[in-house]
Amino acid sequence: MSAAAEAPAQPGSQSRVTKINEAIIRIAGNSQDGIQAIGGFLARLAGRSEQEVMTFMTIPSTISGGPSIFQVRIGSGEVLSAGDEADMLLCFYQHSYEDHIKSLKLGGIVLYDADHVTPKPEWQENYRHVGVNISSLTVEAIGGTGRDKGKNIYSLGLLAKIYDLDVAKLKKLFTERFGGKDASVLNNANACFDAGYNHSLENLLKSYQFYAGADKGGHQVVMNGNEALAYGLIAAGIRFGAGYPITPWSDIMELLRKELPKYGGSFIQCEDEIASVSMAIGASWGGRVAVTGSSGPGISLKSEAIGWASMAEMPLIVVDVQRGGPSTGMPTNVEQSDLNIATFGGHGDSPRVVLAPSGVEDCFYTAIEAVNIARKYSTPVIILTDQGIATRIEAFPEPKLEQVCQDISPDLTPVADHKPYDLNAPDGVTRHLAPGTRVASGKYPVVTGLEHDEMGHPTGSPKVHLSMIAKRRNKLRKLAWELPTPKTYGPDEGHILLVGWGSTEGPMREAVDRARAVGDAFSCINLKHINPLPNGLEKIFKGFHHVFVVELNDEGLYGYGQLASVLRARYTDPKIQGINKVDGLTWKVKEILDRARTLASTK
Amino acid sequence: MSSLAFPFATLPRTGNLNLTPVVPLPDSDRKPLTKKETSADHPTWCPGCGDFSVLALYFKLIERRKLWHEKITTVAGIGCSSRFPYFVQGHGAHFIHGRALPYASGVSISRPDLHVFVFGGDGDAFSIGGNHFTHTARKNVKLTYVVMDNQVYGLTKNQTSPTSPLGYKSKTDAWGSTDRPINPVKQAIAAGATFVARTSAMSPNHVLAMMEAAMDHDGFSFIQCLSECVEFFPGAFDGAIPRKGGVFNEISKGHDVTDEYAAYKLADVAWPGQFGIFYKANRPTKNANEAKIIADHRAKVQGMADWQILQKNFDRMK
Repeated sequence: MSAAAEAPAQPGSQSRVTKINEAIIRIAGNSQDGIQAIGGFLARLAGRSEQEVMTFMTIPSTISGGPSIFQVRIGSGEVLSAGDEADMLLCFYQHSYEDHIKSLKLGGIVLYDADHVTPKPEWQENYRHVGVNISSLTVEAIGGTGRDKGKNIYSLGLLAKIYDLDVAKLKKLFTERFGGKDASVLNNANACFDAGYNHSLENLLKSYQFYAGADKGGHQVVMNGNEALAYGLIAAGIRFGAGYPITPWSDIMELLRKELPKYGGSFIQCEDEIASVSMAIGASWGGRVAVTGSSGPGISLKSEAIGWASMAEMPLIVVDVQRGGPSTGMPTNVEQSDLNIATFGGHGDSPRVVLAPSGVEDCFYTAIEAVNIARKYSTPVIILTDQGIATRIEAFPEPKLEQVCQDISPDLTPVADHKPYDLNAPDGVTRHLAPGTRVASGKYPVVTGLEHDEMGHPTGSPKVHLSMIAKRRNKLRKLAWELPTPKTYGPDEGHILLVGWGSTEGPMREAVDRARAVGDAFSCINLKHINPLPNGLEKIFKGFHHVFVVELNDEGLYGYGQLASVLRARYTDPKIQGINKVDGLTWKVKEILDRARTLASTK
Repeated sequence: MSSLAFPFATLPRTGNLNLTPVVPLPDSDRKPLTKKETSADHPTWCPGCGDFSVLALYFKLIERRKLWHEKITTVAGIGCSSRFPYFVQGHGAHFIHGRALPYASGVSISRPDLHVFVFGGDGDAFSIGGNHFTHTARKNVKLTYVVMDNQVYGLTKNQTSPTSPLGYKSKTDAWGSTDRPINPVKQAIAAGATFVARTSAMSPNHVLAMMEAAMDHDGFSFIQCLSECVEFFPGAFDGAIPRKGGVFNEISKGHDVTDEYAAYKLADVAWPGQFGIFYKANRPTKNANEAKIIADHRAKVQGMADWQILQKNFDRMK
């Protein structure tokens, strides 16, 4: 709640309402408390109220139990990150209170469950404490069960009162969410909510009201990144997939398993990661590009087969929802440390395409772009998303599905003849011919991982090997020329250019805004096309004294992160430096600013 | 807002495809393909290799069953025998070591109009690909898998294979193999394969009969075909070759192929064992199960375009 946003209360109104632009609410509890549901309802409500929203969550990697948080930032203006410091901390336990009080800004509100939390006197001065017996009042509200299962919804009632949220819209969301179940579920939810909403918060001096959001000119949809990616794949025409469960990729395969049959497709759960990628490649060979996916460890296992797809020039989509590595690493935390394996993770020279969506909305469109590139260039395309995007919820303008949805059914019309690896094809770009297609010449193609001649038959000829290596490389160089040069956020010239990729975009832009607000000449670009890189980056770099690559991975043996190393190798420009971190959490805007300023002052 | 570097337009069928209009003969006017039309590269196998016989019989199968070029889908992994697709004129795929079965499953499930044949060796099937053998069998994916078992790693020049008999001397077991060999037929039955047969490349008519029966089976059909490696394990199968003094014991007509326990017992008969169909069961295929799931779901969205189905989901997320 920025101070500038506070408007004087209107005369005559109850003088306790303050108008705000945005609010950052952190909900802390345990993983089974249903705090994600509170966040989910808040996000959906924001989406329906023309407001922007972004969420951030941490979950333990255990099945049940363990501390968990859900942070939601709702704003009437542009929301670029989940926010550095919270305005409100809703905490259910002593550990939630103690572990997260520091995430609250000075003067922020602590709304705590007085049944479980004993406030500390030394914190009373800096934070406004509001205690409510959330657990016992919930039990009271839904009567006799002796359980506090509905305390999340009770708390939502409290929040709805404090932030003057639209109760009718919230209740409609309850009906949609719980309506299909036993009637008592919906009744209980409403009872919990009403009890919370009507609870007297006498010791809270004021409540808040959001300014109306700008008209978005149409509906917004609210979903997380994994959902957006899965639906994007469906819109792109994907009708076959194969996978193996692994966090945080599993949501995508579960969704595709459930949805694809409606479109006449299938998603097969396989015995292992290698079978999954192999099955997807087999289906791609069948004529319609297919998808597999995983997270770090699974991508390692799939690497050999992805190399085959590069060699055999087979379209394929591989989703990598990055998590903390290496090895089993930190499965429920975020990192951007798979850029190297995605780009270079094959033996031999096996070029492939790597795309990184920057946020939830971009997941949807990146999936479509990936499919189109895979088909046009007959190549594997890896979509590098991450745990942060996968689990965070955003509202974005509803895609025009009628225009966006594609039909990519295989075309089996007979051809006169066909060379699967035609060396005379312009730019080395050849197209896959699906089995079932009749070739009038009677000469049929073989697809293979052995070095091959133009018909796909093995050869040990050095001359052919040179030509084929060049073919596979050159077609991706051609692709690079088709890629748009990323737009600079902020002026084209200045002191510091921040370069990020994937999910770094939001916090990086917010960092630029904040720096510019105090007169610091920051700008940023965010790369979506990781391999091949778009052309023309050197011209952007030229306008700045410093080029700092912001990424969630380690600086490595030689002092540069994974993208920074690639950029340094390509541009050999010593002003390219790295800003890296691997604490398993997304970037805070302040971290980026502090690190950039420090680095600039020492270089 | 997102921008798309690549438009949504459906890709035109250009590139290197020769699009000269073709008016092919209707199937009714096509003649069965002969070996001349179905053979491609000359095999790279050593003279005398048992795999030649299997290839010749595949050609024969194609001719007899009037399979057309475009419908011939031959998939293999890595190994001597896995070179198969290069020798066949038809759509072929030479995939990575051990993973031919999941690859072929992807084809089979997504393209019900094609019958996929997978060829490979004992290392590909039971060692590096062992996990896939089990799961393709239990899923009962509709395809035919012919394992040319020579009981040795030939392509890498004489190392112990998962079917090498105890005491077999190879470069990795100079003093004789000590690991108990896999019994492919038992393995297949235990994994849930619905068609399990055993044959020998030296009995061509029997191979062809097994291939035909396998192709007609609606499900995962597995054939273990003894195929001699004349270079590294010569004489391995003499005991099953009558003209070399062996016996080719065909499974008696009285054997009940639906009796899993009888089949399992039969598979344990001492060397050279029995030949023929050990086990055959009718169980819904993965293909049929998926088709049913699809049909059930499609019934609920009847008459809707794909984008409208997706729209329904998006409406719920507003």
